[in-house]
Amino acid sequence: MSTDTVDAVHVAPHLGVGDRLRLWWDSLSRPAQWGFGVPALVLLALLPVLRPPVLTTVGTDFGGVMAQFGMYALLAIGLNVVVGQAGLLDLGYVGFYAIGAYTVGLITSTDSPWNQTDEWLPQSWGWVVALPLAVAITAVSGLILGSPTLRLRGDYLAIVTLGFGEIVRLLADNLKTLTNGGRGLSQIAYPVVGTSETRPTGVFSAGNAQPPWNAGLFWYWLALVAIVVVLLVVGNLERSRVGRAWVAIREDEDAAEIMGVPTFTFKLWAFLIGAAIGGLGGALYAGQVQFVIPTTFNVINSMLFLCAVVIGGQGNKLGVILGAFIIVYLPNFFLGRTSLLGIPIDGNEIANYKYLFFGLALMALMIFRPQGLFPARQKLLTYGRSMYQAARRVALAVTGDAEQSEGAR
Amino acid sequence: MSTIPPDPAAGAEHGDQHLGTEEQVVTADTVAEEFLPDGGVLEEVAVDVADIAPELADEEAVAHIVATEREIETEVGAPLLQLEEVTVRFGGLVALDSVSFEIRRGEILGLIGPNGAGKTTCFNAMTGVYRPASGRVVFDGHPLGNIKRNEITRLGIARTFQNIRLFSDMTALENVVVGTDARHRTSVPGAIFRTPRHRAEERDALERGMALLEFVGIGRRATQKARNLPYGDQRRLEIARALATEPKLLCLDEPAAGFNPAEKQQLMDLIRKIRDDGYTVLLIEHDMRLVMGVTDRVVVLEFGKKIAQGLPSQVSADPAVIAAYLGVPDDASA
Repeated sequence: MSTDTVDAVHVAPHLGVGDRLRLWWDSLSRPAQWGFGVPALVLLALLPVLRPPVLTTVGTDFGGVMAQFGMYALLAIGLNVVVGQAGLLDLGYVGFYAIGAYTVGLITSTDSPWNQTDEWLPQSWGWVVALPLAVAITAVSGLILGSPTLRLRGDYLAIVTLGFGEIVRLLADNLKTLTNGGRGLSQIAYPVVGTSETRPTGVFSAGNAQPPWNAGLFWYWLALVAIVVVLLVVGNLERSRVGRAWVAIREDEDAAEIMGVPTFTFKLWAFLIGAAIGGLGGALYAGQVQFVIPTTFNVINSMLFLCAVVIGGQGNKLGVILGAFIIVYLPNFFLGRTSLLGIPIDGNEIANYKYLFFGLALMALMIFRPQGLFPARQKLLTYGRSMYQAARRVALAVTGDAEQSEGAR
Repeated sequence: MSTIPPDPAAGAEHGDQHLGTEEQVVTADTVAEEFLPDGGVLEEVAVDVADIAPELADEEAVAHIVATEREIETEVGAPLLQLEEVTVRFGGLVALDSVSFEIRRGEILGLIGPNGAGKTTCFNAMTGVYRPASGRVVFDGHPLGNIKRNEITRLGIARTFQNIRLFSDMTALENVVVGTDARHRTSVPGAIFRTPRHRAEERDALERGMALLEFVGIGRRATQKARNLPYGDQRRLEIARALATEPKLLCLDEPAAGFNPAEKQQLMDLIRKIRDDGYTVLLIEHDMRLVMGVTDRVVVLEFGKKIAQGLPSQVSADPAVIAAYLGVPDDASA
């Protein structure tokens, strides 16, 4: 085949930035990957301390914004398991977030009739004890929602989950004797760590508000630890029979079933794992703000989480974290800003219209890049490394050749 | 996320270039030809099998890994699967009308008939997609009554699809490994904690998956996405994926659709190779030359009824079969 024919079909082998990055990353040895990964993570963790001038938000505290990002990132990873990996459209994911937050609230808030912190549980330990309970209860709620509804497919499942999200919020609003209704549960426990003269209630307390070493920073760090743990778990699942089953179900559920995949079981697992991660995010949120009210768990938030997943790239767990960053950070970036690059703007107004802008962004994305900003390049084999390495060598040789031949033209 | 079915005509032409037995030499041109706008470069290039798995260079070694080690209760030559008076109805339409036949272990059985004769329905009744209105299917001593589809696969019936249904966003190797997973037992806890069983299964899946790809002749495409494969290779991948479930019975639903004569010949060789490796094969096919060339016995359906069965030579001489395929001349029926 001559170069003319290549021109005729308009496909030249060129590498995008993402491909180059992936080729480079895959070419590194395991220790080298750690060598790059750990400092990058540390740098990411220190962002709210360093407070780089352009990046730092003006209207709200940067530490608080990053803490919120951490929680949304957790939710995005959890929702990505359900939507991105298994292909089950869940529009009521906020329900799991709410169940996680309310579990912590019910166990430790002084407004709750089920409050345990006056009795055997000290207030300082309340959150730590409530956290695993919140995760477990949310996982069970995922099971309860999933077992009847996962027999449905596509749009029907989406509608049922949408209803679930609303049911959870309405319960929180209407079970007044339990949840204190619209007034919410206040004085929720938080981990009391690092008390000192300047911080009498510990570093995680909302009272610790002096930047940069404020509560937001410490909750951000806690969220980062949770994210790393969750990523390891989800990564292990992805490169196993479970992850392959999820992708097979997403691609063609009937064919998967006929190839011996117990589809219902694995869909239920996806729901359960997604729910548990959502519950973890909710528990972190409840501890951070020490206050939960039903309006936080509006269905619009479900859409926002879904937006993070779709923008980031369905199925790409690192991509959806960046999606979550965009969703949380951009409105906060504009909040309180009066000029950008010397142009006077009304940042607060722009931030108010965030749903409009995200909606437009989604529409543009669906037209120009439906696979998301960072499309998934899933790896589904535990011991596939030698395969990818072999493919990489060929790819490098080939694209090297291609660039030379392009240069010669 | 649906597969765009490749145009059979174009596929046949395209596949011809790729089904050569010699290793394809990777050049910028061959890659450019296969490049699709979406998808990373890693999923586009052919790999050198000798580079990844040198042990697969020997054809006998490949066949040895691919050969099933399963315990099969049925003796060689005895009926492995029996259809007993199976009737399938869709509303008022009787798609299968008390059809009975058997598939004997170790044979290649051809199931033929004109369009709409009920071949695929028969197939679906066996693999649990449709439930028979009456009659029963007995497989290796087990009646397939209310068994779930995925459990039927684990019992040992695997199939390919008339219209290719691969997991198009997975690589060829990953597709096959999904098949091997049918025999695996790792679930979520095992995968999270990477238990020894999980690791053993993963290693086994990789080895067997690679061997299967070599067996059907597409090992070098292991890391390519299924949807980027040429048409002929997609058909081969479907066979490899079905074999990966270690079936006692492999059912092929029109595997030669859209193939040119040279490819059909290669497919016949592959089907024989599969049988020689210890599998039992049920072949649904239109192409009489292929059926006559490769099968041991043939069952003929027409309008949901069995009209003939026997050796290929007997069946092709049967007046009822000739009438079904060519029609009856006016003066004969008058």
